[in-house]
Amino acid sequence: MHVKPISQHFNDFVIERERARCINCEVCVRQCSYEAHFWDEARQFVVHDSARCVGCHRCAAMCPTSCLTIRKKPSDFRDNSLWTSTYIKHIFKQADTGGVLLSGMGNPQPKPIYWDNMLLDASQVTNPSIDPLREPMELRTFLGAKPDAVDFIHTPEGPRLKQPLPPQLQLEYPIMFAAMSFGAINFNLHVAMARAATQLGICYNTGEGGLHPDLYQYGANTIVQVASGRFGVHKDYLNAGAAVEIKVGQGAKPGIGGHLPGEKIDEEVSRTRMVPQGSDAISPAPHHDIYSIEDLLQLIYAIKESTRYRVPVAVKIAAVHNAPAIASGIVRAGADIVVIDGFRGGTGAAPTMIRDNVGIPIELALASVDNRLRDEGIRNHASLVVAGGVRCSADVVKAIALGADAVYIGTAALVAVGCTLCGRCYTGKCPWGIATNAAQLKKRQNPDVAAQRMANLVRAWGHEIQEMLGGMGLNSIESLRGNRDKLRGVGLNEVELNVLGIKHAGL
Amino acid sequence: MSGDVMCDEKGFCVQREGERCVIDATGVYYRQLNEHIRAALEHGVTDIEVVQVRGQRYIATAVEGDVRFAVRGVPGQDLGAFMRGPTIHVHGNAQDGVGNTMDGGRIVIHGMAGDVLGYAMRDGRILVRGDVGYRVGIHMKAYMDRVPVIVVGGKAGDFLGEYMAGGAIILLGMHSGMADAPITGRNLGTGMHGGVIYLRGRVPEYQLGPGLSMEPVDEADLAFLRGHIADFAAEFAGKFGAGAGGSGTEGQAAPADAGALAVAILSEPFVKIRPFSHRPYGNMYVGTN
Ligand code: SF4
Ligand code: SF4
Ligand code: SF4
Repeated sequence: MHVKPISQHFNDFVIERERARCINCEVCVRQCSYEAHFWDEARQFVVHDSARCVGCHRCAAMCPTSCLTIRKKPSDFRDNSLWTSTYIKHIFKQADTGGVLLSGMGNPQPKPIYWDNMLLDASQVTNPSIDPLREPMELRTFLGAKPDAVDFIHTPEGPRLKQPLPPQLQLEYPIMFAAMSFGAINFNLHVAMARAATQLGICYNTGEGGLHPDLYQYGANTIVQVASGRFGVHKDYLNAGAAVEIKVGQGAKPGIGGHLPGEKIDEEVSRTRMVPQGSDAISPAPHHDIYSIEDLLQLIYAIKESTRYRVPVAVKIAAVHNAPAIASGIVRAGADIVVIDGFRGGTGAAPTMIRDNVGIPIELALASVDNRLRDEGIRNHASLVVAGGVRCSADVVKAIALGADAVYIGTAALVAVGCTLCGRCYTGKCPWGIATNAAQLKKRQNPDVAAQRMANLVRAWGHEIQEMLGGMGLNSIESLRGNRDKLRGVGLNEVELNVLGIKHAGL
Repeated sequence: MSGDVMCDEKGFCVQREGERCVIDATGVYYRQLNEHIRAALEHGVTDIEVVQVRGQRYIATAVEGDVRFAVRGVPGQDLGAFMRGPTIHVHGNAQDGVGNTMDGGRIVIHGMAGDVLGYAMRDGRILVRGDVGYRVGIHMKAYMDRVPVIVVGGKAGDFLGEYMAGGAIILLGMHSGMADAPITGRNLGTGMHGGVIYLRGRVPEYQLGPGLSMEPVDEADLAFLRGHIADFAAEFAGKFGAGAGGSGTEGQAAPADAGALAVAILSEPFVKIRPFSHRPYGNMYVGTN
């Protein structure tokens, strides 16, 4: 008798095909990279194996007769609020294989989402609201260190700054595309992010996989990342972008390194990362030249020397318990931008236990970092960018009211091009052509179409942000920064309100 | 030195004589020193001697091209970081971070060097006459015809070649100030998934990272070693084995001639340490969502 491993009895999804409407066109067969659909030669029609389905919905979206439905498999197990099917299935898998659980995408656990417990203010009677369609509404944002004081000299052309400003990154929206490496996602999407960022006047981040030569032309809208593996990092790379970001940590996997599996390293990825094809690209957990704030300072200034102090240097950390003290150290080490990535941040691959249990919510980390930097009188020495779980324009507005200068969006940008958060990015088989470098799959993303979709998303959010600002009687995003009076909490306890620095609704 | 004085638009001036110039680092902060160096390079100087160096950081960092530096004194952290092309001779000891993420060129240190030498180095050569510190050669990588090589005449601290992904480290353990120490510290090559480490002599097995073992060298290894040891010997002939506190080449006076020194170095057997897989973590995971 053939015995399947126990974990394979309990698949997550069922494929339902309305046989009467199916025309056996085999579109689903070609679309599903997990081979869940296949042609049955004996019976002469398309059949499926639900056990292979990861629930990405690609086949259902592409089926010309809409006869496919992908459903969650109805509960197999008796209700038990402690032993949910998730934990039971994890144990089955691990008992079968002895493997470490691996996941893609951000933490899906039902942990508090503070965005949903904060509400925004609006003007009524006393300070009139502003209509952004009729009046100017400034979203432009500058990231970088700001001087403690400014001195002007008067010239015939008007006042001029006496001292040059430290280098600034100019953004037309307080939104950037987050670091997703070339390798984790494919070249077509890097082209798309670069083009969308250029169209929008914002920046995208290369992630740690280097910069493809064809993308150097978008340098003015590029942030180049330096992570512990230093893949594709060299002098030209450092000088290619408008800013350099040192990645210390990632919200989805604080404290551990990265690991691009050999399957995803094809010729182009290999060329850009400058590592051999097919062998794993491993980023050590720490930068082994950074064991202290003093060492971090050393790398920040090595990069500033390498770029001749032309561009701001950012340092990205995961939101962890001690984030405020660490952020203070980062600012004092000379970073121009501090990036905090919350525990809901996405990833191409992370050990499940780390993704789901390490780190803290971005809303709390943001508020406490902003407080700390203000208390120490160094808030102006660096801009604050947050990432990890920004789903809509209201989340952006709340982040800025809590004290952020700008946000990064990663998952949202991928959803804009079709990602359904199936969470299997680490397989390299993404049926939506996103987290894959396979030739047959990546061509599902047309760079022009993808760029347009990403740009549409940010423009739409921009309009909504302007509406919300106008409603509050503000005419520039600058007036909202750290303006926590525009926020009220609902359903939060006193500790949470204190950390967030906001009043409860009704007060 | 007589010659032209040249100044850049920021007012940094250096004295030059043809393609050579000398920069005195006495009391100069690193930012100014490096501005001086860049100004000299922009004026077409190709041979720069920096004297009285006292810990100034980032000398030759991100410098590109066929230029030569002679550094007298002790350069500070990140000497030659991200550099691509230059040759640097340090006549003294060097601090931490030599050749960090270096992309090509050659660094020759006529004394000892500190920690994290050659971190994530992708191409070029680093030759050190004496001992090196901890975490040397971590995550060195190779790509196509670009193969970085570090040759150390003395001994190394813990974590040598950790996460190594390519290139070669050759550790001789000869010209050392640490007579009683083993040739390298603990956790040698931990997480290595490419490249090779050659040791002259052996270390106790427990010092190796998990899954690694020492193997004898074969003819191809010896051919590779002979080339790099000849290069090393040419740099240090007459100055090897007789340094301050050096235990020397088996206690004898250093051969003055490079050929004789190379023979002396190769007279002891070498072992090699290679990764057991290019995908050390390939089978560790089981997917979920
Ligand atoms: S794509 Fe739809 S119609 Fe075509 S074979 Fe599949 S289920 Fe049938
Ligand atoms: S395409 Fe996606 S949803 Fe459809 S069967 Fe395959 S894995 Fe399941
Ligand atoms: S990127 Fe692809 S694999 Fe990853 S969650 Fe989205 S659809 Fe799934």
